[in-house]
This record gives sequence, structure tokens and C-alpha cells, in this order.
Amino acid sequence: MIALVAEIVVSLMIVAGASFALIGSWGLVRLPTLMERLHGPTKATTLGLGGMLVGSVLFFRLDQNLWSAHELLITLFLFITAPIAANMIAKVHLHSLRAGDPPDNAGPAGTPPPPPGAADWATYEAPHRDTPVATSET
Amino acid sequence: MMRRLIPHPGLSMLLVAVWLLLANSFSAGALIVGIVVGLALPIFTAPFWPDRPRVNFGLGLAYLVLVLWDIIVANFEVAAIILIRRNRDLRPTWLVIPMTLQTPEAITVLAATISLTPGTVSADVSACGRYLLVHALDAADPDAEIARIKSRYESRLLGVFA
Repeated sequence: MIALVAEIVVSLMIVAGASFALIGSWGLVRLPTLMERLHGPTKATTLGLGGMLVGSVLFFRLDQNLWSAHELLITLFLFITAPIAANMIAKVHLHSLRAGDPPDNAGPAGTPPPPPGAADWATYEAPHRDTPVATSET
Repeated sequence: MMRRLIPHPGLSMLLVAVWLLLANSFSAGALIVGIVVGLALPIFTAPFWPDRPRVNFGLGLAYLVLVLWDIIVANFEVAAIILIRRNRDLRPTWLVIPMTLQTPEAITVLAATISLTPGTVSADVSACGRYLLVHALDAADPDAEIARIKSRYESRLLGVFA
């Protein structure tokens, strides 16, 4: 009886997770431009993968009678890497806008406004003298 | 002396915990290797961590729970936008968020939170470190969105990195 309930719960989690991953990928296809497309993979897929990982933890705990912690680590690394990957793509987009791409590539949001004050957005600035050696080119 | 050997106690403890989780077992050998890794890595990566951030771990845990909940909500919201909304009904905008937070660690956590939560992706920080450039997927009222991010996440992070 418990085995049956466990199987149902685990399969529900896996199917729900897979659906979110599919919706995230569909967002990548159908949203209008690059900046909007970034929203699909950074969010819908976190819950997609999260659901599958919870299913995996439950499977090992209820079916195999083991505690498995690798899923926690995968979640941790995903939460660290997903925003950084999105940030890198957004920065490349900012550079391509300034380099004079066709204006319709900017999408419905247009080009980003400059920040108030004298300084520009950080990605347009040359590395500062006191940044660690490994992070700057000079 | 102690300060040079263990420049970041919190980071060291996190590395030990991650190492034990990677080993997927609790044995003396794994613990010793984990402690060596936890001590060595902060020393070798010291140039990237010039200051030691002061973290209130209790408030940090509460913040983590709030963000996990918001991530779940965000997933449903973005999934609904992808499935239901037509492209011409979307109102994507750039938001420029003025920040009270000062330390690089706190700004990094805020930017990562914004990327993982409803309808917003952080794109860049200004060179002076006082403004954050954020892209919103569907913002009917940009000013209300900025106020929401500031009151929901930034005010709590001010307590975490006190």
C-alpha cells in the first residue's frame, strides 16, 4: 500500500517537473526577443528540475530506503548558475545593442536607459585598477 | 594569525557541508578531506573576497525560505504568461532600481534573487554600484514593481548583511 502511494507521489512529481521544463522550453521558442526569452529558462525550468529532484529524493527514501543528498547539491548549483548564465547573456545583449545592431533587435522594451549620475552600466566600463588580477585583462 | 588561516569561517563551513553532501556519506575520512578543502579554498581564492561580509544567519535562513516560496510562485506565473498571454499583450520594460545595499556580496544575492523570482531578470549593475538594471517580462506599473522589489527583498537583505 505504502509502495503504491510512494509510486504515485513520485510519478506525479516527475510528470509535474517535466511539464514545467517543457513549458520553459516552449517559452524559449515563442516569446518575441532575446530578453523576453531569458525569462523562460531562468524560472520555469528551476521548478521543472526541482520537481524531478524531489521525485528522485522521495524515490530513494520510500522505495530504496536510502537518504540521497546529491539532489540538494544539484538544486544549490542550479540556483547559483542559472542567474549568472542569464546575466552573461543579458550583458552580451547590452553590448550588441551599443555596437549598433539593427534597432528592432532591441525588442519591445527598447534600449536600456542609462543609470542616473555620471557612471555608466558596469559592463561598458574598462576594468578598474583594484579588481583582482584574475578577473581583469590587464 | 587566526584571521589569515581562516579568512571566511562561513564559507569554510559551507564547503565542508557541500563536501559531505557530495560524498553522500558521513565518515571520518570524508570529514577530514572536507575540512582540508574548506580551509584551503578560502585561502587560495582570497583575492576574490577582499572583505569578510557579516551575515546574520537566522535572518538569512528566513530570507531563503521566502525566496524558495517566491520561486515556486514565479514558476506558475511565468508558465501562465508563456501559455496564455499573446506576445502583443506583453509589456516588457527595463527597470532601474536604486539600491541602498553597499557590499558586493549583498548586491550579488539581490541580483540572483531578482533573476529567480517573478517576471524579472537582472542584467547589469551601474559602475558606481548604486543602481541595478533589471528587465521585467510584464510590468504594467514599473514604479510599483521597483517598490515591490525594494520592500520585499532589499529591506530584508539589509537585515541579513547588517
